Amino acid sequence: MNHLLSIDDLTGDDIREVLRITPSFAEVAQRRIAKVPALRGQTVALLFYEDSTRTRLSFEVAAKRLSADTLNVSVSSSSVNKGESLRDTAETIEAMGIDAVVVRHRSSGVPLQLTRWLDAAVLNAGDGWHQHPTQALIDCHTLHQQLGDLSGSRIAIVGDIKHSRVARSNVAAFTKLGASVVLVAPPTLLPAAVSTWPVTVETNMDAAMASVDAVYLLRMQRERQNSAFVPDLREYAIRYGMTSARAALVGPDVPILHPGPMNRGVEIAAAVPDLDQVVVIDQVRNGVAVRMAVLFLLLGSGPPPELPIASDPSSEAATSATST
Amino acid sequence: MGERERRGAPPYGGTFVPRALVMDAEHIRRAIKRMAHEIVERNHGLDNVVVIGLQTGGIEPAQQLVDALEAIEGVRTPLGSVDVAFHRDDIGLRPVLPEAPTEINDDLNGRTVVLVDDVLFTGRTVRAALDAINDFGRPRAVQLAVMVDRGHRELPIRADFVGKNLPTARSESVKVTCDSVEIGFMQK
Repeated sequence: MNHLLSIDDLTGDDIREVLRITPSFAEVAQRRIAKVPALRGQTVALLFYEDSTRTRLSFEVAAKRLSADTLNVSVSSSSVNKGESLRDTAETIEAMGIDAVVVRHRSSGVPLQLTRWLDAAVLNAGDGWHQHPTQALIDCHTLHQQLGDLSGSRIAIVGDIKHSRVARSNVAAFTKLGASVVLVAPPTLLPAAVSTWPVTVETNMDAAMASVDAVYLLRMQRERQNSAFVPDLREYAIRYGMTSARAALVGPDVPILHPGPMNRGVEIAAAVPDLDQVVVIDQVRNGVAVRMAVLFLLLGSGPPPELPIASDPSSEAATSATST
Repeated sequence: MGERERRGAPPYGGTFVPRALVMDAEHIRRAIKRMAHEIVERNHGLDNVVVIGLQTGGIEPAQQLVDALEAIEGVRTPLGSVDVAFHRDDIGLRPVLPEAPTEINDDLNGRTVVLVDDVLFTGRTVRAALDAINDFGRPRAVQLAVMVDRGHRELPIRADFVGKNLPTARSESVKVTCDSVEIGFMQK
């Protein structure tokens, strides 16, 4: 892969390959000297047109653990405030010599557009309502740690699905790994085209919680909501929030995930994040390792082999025959 | 062993076609035993010795060496593994992916590290391994044990303990498994 724009561009095997190599990158963080020279001499620009703490920091730490240099372009203090266009900003950064751009933008499709303008690898760190692929890979890895192989498991995604790029990426990723997804939300917070998604829909949260292997809570994205989708946040919290009672209902062995930042008291009751089954901190920790893996795959693994030998079953058979 | 790395990597890519059996299981067992005695002799015992196998070909021989050392001295030497993917000098030139997480649970400061690999060829993997273990401390000494030394070094690196010196042509390929060493070539 040359860019990471959307989970839709990946196969189930691609995702499994990321999950396979991620522990090697997590191990680097445990070393006395937590830095390896893999991407020495490469430069990664972080171009964030939207607020972000954990995603930007986690990409930055990931790049630095691999010895890449990072350029932070924070929009509030750059020429964007003087009216510079996205294309001019991107081309200016590229002219300084960069190998990858990590981009977040409020408009869907900006990362794809950048690939047409730039030679650098483009990593989508969230574009509008569209996709947030590294978050989905992180969530797959976290669930893989908790549940093992995801095929056959049932995962509930709860909350503001309509405005959520995380939900769109995760539905695709979980499904590609063989899990079945149930969306839980009031009808106003479901996307218009939900009938075309490979999911089941449930509007009664208690009914959905009775038989799931994992629960994924989404943030109420009030900054993206342009009208009243729920009558009242307190009512929403009562009907769709992860209360202590619902956490008990799903059971103590069922992991609860949230991409952060959490609105305590809205989608998750104030006391619930402290339960052992809530793995939000694992998600953040895994974020660095997964993003290291993605950066290494894009920038460090070299051109593809000349021959697709791995996919030739006859050579596989011959090789294993000689090794036994 | 090491198949993934070799598989897609020209000029080594392709299917291994064996030409001759160089060592059988009994040869390998004896070579491991002899190398274990040499390690004990060189280090005057096993105090502070740590055995580290290189992913993936060195894992099996490292395990066998630790077993042989235990049979001689009656103590279990700490065993680790190192994946050199992040320290290779050909990153970006060909596909290199990590195989398995590095596992070194001991502080290497002041220890004697015995690195173990299956085949010593150009020396580039060993160079990368020397870099990698530096992240875990400063060993008092690093020694190198290999099942087969096939020559063709590209760096000033030599092995301290060798199972078999095997003269080869550059174009040939050597395949080591837990019970055989074969020489042959890779067919595209």
